Amino acid sequence: MPDAPGLELIAQGIEEGRQGIVIETSVEHGRATLVVNPEGLLHALSWLRDQPDQAYRFLSSVHAADYLPATPRFAVHYELLCRERVERINVKALLEDPAAGNGATGAPGSEAEDAPVDAGLPEIDSCVALYPTAEFQEREAYDFFGIVFKGHPDLRRILMPEDYVGWPQRRDYPMGGEPVLFTHNEIEAPRWFE
Amino acid sequence: MTPDDLLRDEADITERGYSRLGEDPSSPLVDAAELAGQGPVGPGLEPEQEILTINMGPHHPATHGVLRLIVTLQGERVLDLKPVMGYVHTGIEKNCEDKSYWKVIPFVERMDYLAYFFNAEAFCGCVERLVGLEIPRRAQYLRVIHMELNRIHSHLVGLGTTALDLGAISMFWYCFRERDRILDLFEMSGGQRMHTRYIQVGGVFEDIPVGFEEKLREFCAVMPARIDQYEALLDRNEIFLRRTKDVGIVSRERLLELGVTGPLLRAAGEPWDLRKTPGYLSYGDYDFKIPVGTVGDGYDRYRVRIAEMRESVRIIEQAIDGLPEGPWIADDRKYVLPPRDELSTSMEALIHHFKLVTEGFRVPPGELYYPVEGPRGELGCFVVADGSSKPARVHFRDAGFVNLQAFRDMCVGGLIADLIQNLGMLDPNLGGIDR
Repeated sequence: MPDAPGLELIAQGIEEGRQGIVIETSVEHGRATLVVNPEGLLHALSWLRDQPDQAYRFLSSVHAADYLPATPRFAVHYELLCRERVERINVKALLEDPAAGNGATGAPGSEAEDAPVDAGLPEIDSCVALYPTAEFQEREAYDFFGIVFKGHPDLRRILMPEDYVGWPQRRDYPMGGEPVLFTHNEIEAPRWFE
Repeated sequence: MTPDDLLRDEADITERGYSRLGEDPSSPLVDAAELAGQGPVGPGLEPEQEILTINMGPHHPATHGVLRLIVTLQGERVLDLKPVMGYVHTGIEKNCEDKSYWKVIPFVERMDYLAYFFNAEAFCGCVERLVGLEIPRRAQYLRVIHMELNRIHSHLVGLGTTALDLGAISMFWYCFRERDRILDLFEMSGGQRMHTRYIQVGGVFEDIPVGFEEKLREFCAVMPARIDQYEALLDRNEIFLRRTKDVGIVSRERLLELGVTGPLLRAAGEPWDLRKTPGYLSYGDYDFKIPVGTVGDGYDRYRVRIAEMRESVRIIEQAIDGLPEGPWIADDRKYVLPPRDELSTSMEALIHHFKLVTEGFRVPPGELYYPVEGPRGELGCFVVADGSSKPARVHFRDAGFVNLQAFRDMCVGGLIADLIQNLGMLDPNLGGIDR
């Protein structure tokens, strides 16, 4: 884990190529976090990967989180690892919710229901070209949070059924509510098999 | 295949002393993407030249769970492959957001149902670091003992079912015999055979009972001989050797690109194991080796798992020998239940007990990613705490989920029978992949 001064140096190095990418740095619980703009994400990731004295060449995990009611609402986390030095760094890209304010949520029955991929979804660049391992995990983040990864080779739902509507792991998406069909309550959902 | 091809096969003997049936390295591989739209179909073609797309699974006994593979075949040869998963997705991560921290543990244990101690350790370790809780040394040792038993258990199930897929049914019975002894041990310490909920935030649920150590030592004494038996069954089995050697090779660089970890990566010659990284439980106290392969084929993957079982037995022996005396759970009443006998005498203990059981403990705001070395590779847990008694987000980076991305590289160009072997040696667990 790079310590606080080391993290500042990394932030400076990234800023040298392009300004205004790093928003914040923090070291908490022994975990170094670099908060970046979504526009500068690929620059930051490729800098961390290709800089010889950084060499974070292994991407262990990509996952999203919903920080409702905070703004920006979403974040995509990239857990990078340098295997030679056994150091980890977390790059966190903050994403605004474009649907905020017009009442659309990921929950069923809302506006977003009709168009699964539309302008109301947050967007970020895909890092599959830099780290091929991100493919499944970006699909998972899209599946559960409705975050669109621009440039992803095959952005489809991965764990939920392909015809599913809504983004189930958003904080405003209700828990449960999908009745399990048995023979005794089959009558309550007529033509369910269609 | 013409008679000439057959003759050439004879001359094409590989350095390991035999050639594989139907293998002709000189024939150019048909580009799958090119053929997908305009595959040669028609009366003028031999059946083995036609392109055929089939579903393998989700209900296929050799996919080790409900995994569906969309396979494009030309004759026996795999041209393209797409895994489809999610059939046992149960929304565990979403459900965890509605449970207090201590109620999350049994949920996450059920993700990868062959590696429940690892799931629990990933989650509990993450929460412990978020609240800044040090766990006693005895608890660390007990966790290591159970996790290494769990690793052997997981490898045994993987090995047994893979050998079963390759036609060696007796391996299945032998592996499950030893697995049962491990489950007996889990039953002694945790009260359950699977999903024991033994690992708690702050340590472990209970000290090991009287007689556990003796049974564990018995197991450690007998296990190396059992591993010798597995090797005797498989290492000179020509069918097993010919089906695993030189099959499913993916280069080390490609595996790293794809984020593959665990025995798959080590079989390709990369000595990467989180247990050797500093500050991870008490693994620094034990003397053990990281087995690595050289070629990275199915045979190496099998060898690495066998060698890992031996090393795990060594770790368990050292841990039980050096098991420190002392408490098995931290003494912080804000996070850990008070001992049962204090409840009848101490008002304070009663209040703490009531608070912990009804509301659960609160975790200060923060977020953390904590990886452990599971039997399938890096198992990471990401927890976001918002200051309440329920996590705002729990995410598991399951090694099987990420490793599955390498499956296409292993299979394309090979035979469909090799696909079965590759999947077995990949050792996926659909409970972990789908969560």
